[in-house]
Amino acid sequence: MSVGNNIVPSKGAISIRNVTKVYDPGGADVMAVDDCSLEIAAGEVCMIVGPSGCGKTTLLNAIAGFHSITEGQIDLDGEMLCGPGKQLATQGADRVVVFQNGALFPWKTLADNVAYGPVVQGLMSKADAREKAMTMLSEAGLDGVADKFPGEVSSGMARRAEIVRALINDPKVLLLDEPYRAMDALTKSIMHESLLEVYDRTKVTIFFITHDLEEAIFLGDRVVVMTTRPAKTKKIVDVKINRPRDYRLLSSEEFRLLVQETKEAVHEEAVKAFEAGERELA
Amino acid sequence: MSNQNVSSRPTGLQYFLYKSAKALKTPTPYLAFLGITLWLVTYYLLCEQWRIFPFYKVPGPLEVITEWINKDPIWGTSLFTEDYYINIWVSCRRIFIAFALATGLGVPLGLFMGWSQKFKDYAFPILELLRPIPILAWVPLAIVMFAGFETPIIYLATLASFFVTALNTMLGVESIDESYFRAAGCLGSKKHHIFLNVVVPGALPYIFTGLQISIGVAWFSLVAAEMISGDYGLGYMIMDSYMVNKYTTMVMAMLTLGFVGWITSAMVRSAGDRMMQWRERALGQGGA
Amino acid sequence: MTQSSKKENGGILKRIFSDLTLRRGVASILIFLTLWEIGFRFHEWFGVMVPFVGKIDAPTLVVARWREVVLQPGYWESWYLSFGRVFFGFLVAQVIGIPFGLAMAVNKNFRGLFFPPFEILRPIPPLAWVPASIIFWPTTELSIMFVTFLGAFYTVVINVLGGARSIDIQYLRAAQSMGATRWDLFRKIILPGTMPSIFIGAAVGMGITWEVVLAAEMISGGGQQSGGGLGFFIWSSYMGGVMDQVIVGMISIGLAGYISSSLIRYLGHISMPWRRMF
Repeated sequence: MSVGNNIVPSKGAISIRNVTKVYDPGGADVMAVDDCSLEIAAGEVCMIVGPSGCGKTTLLNAIAGFHSITEGQIDLDGEMLCGPGKQLATQGADRVVVFQNGALFPWKTLADNVAYGPVVQGLMSKADAREKAMTMLSEAGLDGVADKFPGEVSSGMARRAEIVRALINDPKVLLLDEPYRAMDALTKSIMHESLLEVYDRTKVTIFFITHDLEEAIFLGDRVVVMTTRPAKTKKIVDVKINRPRDYRLLSSEEFRLLVQETKEAVHEEAVKAFEAGERELA
Repeated sequence: MSNQNVSSRPTGLQYFLYKSAKALKTPTPYLAFLGITLWLVTYYLLCEQWRIFPFYKVPGPLEVITEWINKDPIWGTSLFTEDYYINIWVSCRRIFIAFALATGLGVPLGLFMGWSQKFKDYAFPILELLRPIPILAWVPLAIVMFAGFETPIIYLATLASFFVTALNTMLGVESIDESYFRAAGCLGSKKHHIFLNVVVPGALPYIFTGLQISIGVAWFSLVAAEMISGDYGLGYMIMDSYMVNKYTTMVMAMLTLGFVGWITSAMVRSAGDRMMQWRERALGQGGA
Repeated sequence: MTQSSKKENGGILKRIFSDLTLRRGVASILIFLTLWEIGFRFHEWFGVMVPFVGKIDAPTLVVARWREVVLQPGYWESWYLSFGRVFFGFLVAQVIGIPFGLAMAVNKNFRGLFFPPFEILRPIPPLAWVPASIIFWPTTELSIMFVTFLGAFYTVVINVLGGARSIDIQYLRAAQSMGATRWDLFRKIILPGTMPSIFIGAAVGMGITWEVVLAAEMISGGGQQSGGGLGFFIWSSYMGGVMDQVIVGMISIGLAGYISSSLIRYLGHISMPWRRMF
């Protein structure tokens, strides 16, 4: 299926150590993440699942540099992103986020969206960046719509373009925050296959937040189940299924058992979260 | 579609004809026609036919229209006299200057207020302090501060639209979804990139809503200012013809004012559509 | 452990002084007033006239004048007259505008018939009606009220119409599936669904009303049969050359407008508990 299958991933190892995050909305402190530790190897697809509002996104925001952390430290390839003395990570194109509701700039065409990163980083001229964007978009099967605005294409296409926009920067880590949440099952499975294809080609580290357990097992190397707020790692499920994977996997016994195992862990936390009845935090 | 070029869309005229044909099958245009006719007939009957108190004091539609298209107008002003156009021209020029000034000052101010909390903390209170004062209350002050007829009038019209534009622009920036800022940030943008690529285009829809209101407000204050202290312009024309009992001319000036005002706001709207292609096209897909 | 213990020591005063936004706001207003004062005094101190600001009486003079003026009954009468006109014109605009807007929203034919003439008249600024209104209505008072009404009317109608038409159709369907009659739909869904827009329209309309009242008072009240009011207060102070009193009038009318719109906000707040507006 893909040629570069035996790339040895050398970058994108994330080390999360004893991270705690306390929000302070109007004096009432809320602990979103409590003493959470997690090691993600270079080139790993790490899936994070857990009940709504448990602090998964907080972790992602800390890595991306959108929010500070209260305690602990996060490293990327041995260099500190945030930690003691520097609570907020600097945002940078080595960690690109794909957002829950999609954040392609609606006022730029898909090609201009993709070309945006290299241009603002001063790596390429506008024309070169556009050319590369065109190439990458057509690799992703989007050459017909490169000059359309995001509002004109389907959500699936937009999401795929958003991943291309991330990949053009050759990031160390791809941070995905429930990117396929609002999609129907069929579109979703197409998106999964195209993401797997991208992964097999680039072996980029993927940090993927989701609610969908089947999605988690299908895509991931490891599935990390988080507890309800404050978030900790509750259980880590190793998915030892060979790559490349395709949709036939979904009907295998091995797959079914893994989903079952994860579901039991998540269900317990979901019940707790539901009974607490708290609103989601950002 | 057998056409190879999928992205080609119907041309303006075709689209217009298609839309018109479709619209003619609905009752809307007929009702509109009926409604306007009904209104004109009532107006005519009340003012010219039955001459009921106090309607007879106001010139009726027939009287106004005959005067308007009269080559030799009874009261001295019609489509064929020069002073009619001078008044329109003077008002339009003032509006243009005021609107340009207000936009040139208001949009940047609004952008910075929306973008930087610190800047907003300092600038917004002063704006809010001055904003509740009705524009017309500034008239005496404007006359004292600026000499002549022209500058005070332009100042008043500018002030009115400035507040609206600045406020809407600020709201526009605040309405931009946080995720666009974040996306821009994690793609390696510097501050000025975010400003140019997120803040400005993201606020455009609100800016143009604001500009549409602002040009209306500019006309509003312009007319008032011209009525109170003017030498030319449509507001002056209304006030002047009232003073010398040329009521037909007065109604003519009012209608002209409405028409010219409508044209200018249509111009602002179409400029907005032009600058926000991405929005137009996305909406067009909705089939609405 | 998560609920901190530092909540107890937060006195209101302490809170205000620790609020950065507030501190900055106060600072910037103080700077503004100081610059104004210096701008005016510059001529007196250094013999150089500062353009524009130099001709506007300084805050200290304005305050001094205000303290004189509040003792005069005429000043308060102006308040009373202007408030009366605003209130009346505004009320009539609501009473006619809300049903008119709702009728246009509910009935398609009604909208088709009445919306076009409405749209033709709307671009004419309300103040352009002042002379026509003076000719038409027998008294100055009525003509000022008519123009005031007109100013608020357009805004009210447009907001009500827009608000009623933007109600989510799902609510209507849900109610219909539960067996609601047409009258129920109107009373239980369309009316409360339009409430936020009604209040937004009212708030905007209130602002316009004050603009119009002021202008109408300035334009028509200047003659022999002067109508009085804050607009006339400003105008006559200007005519008398008392500039600091003009500024007192400006601030008074700003204050009056602010009080009125706060009142509307408050009404909106208590009548729509499900939705905190503004």
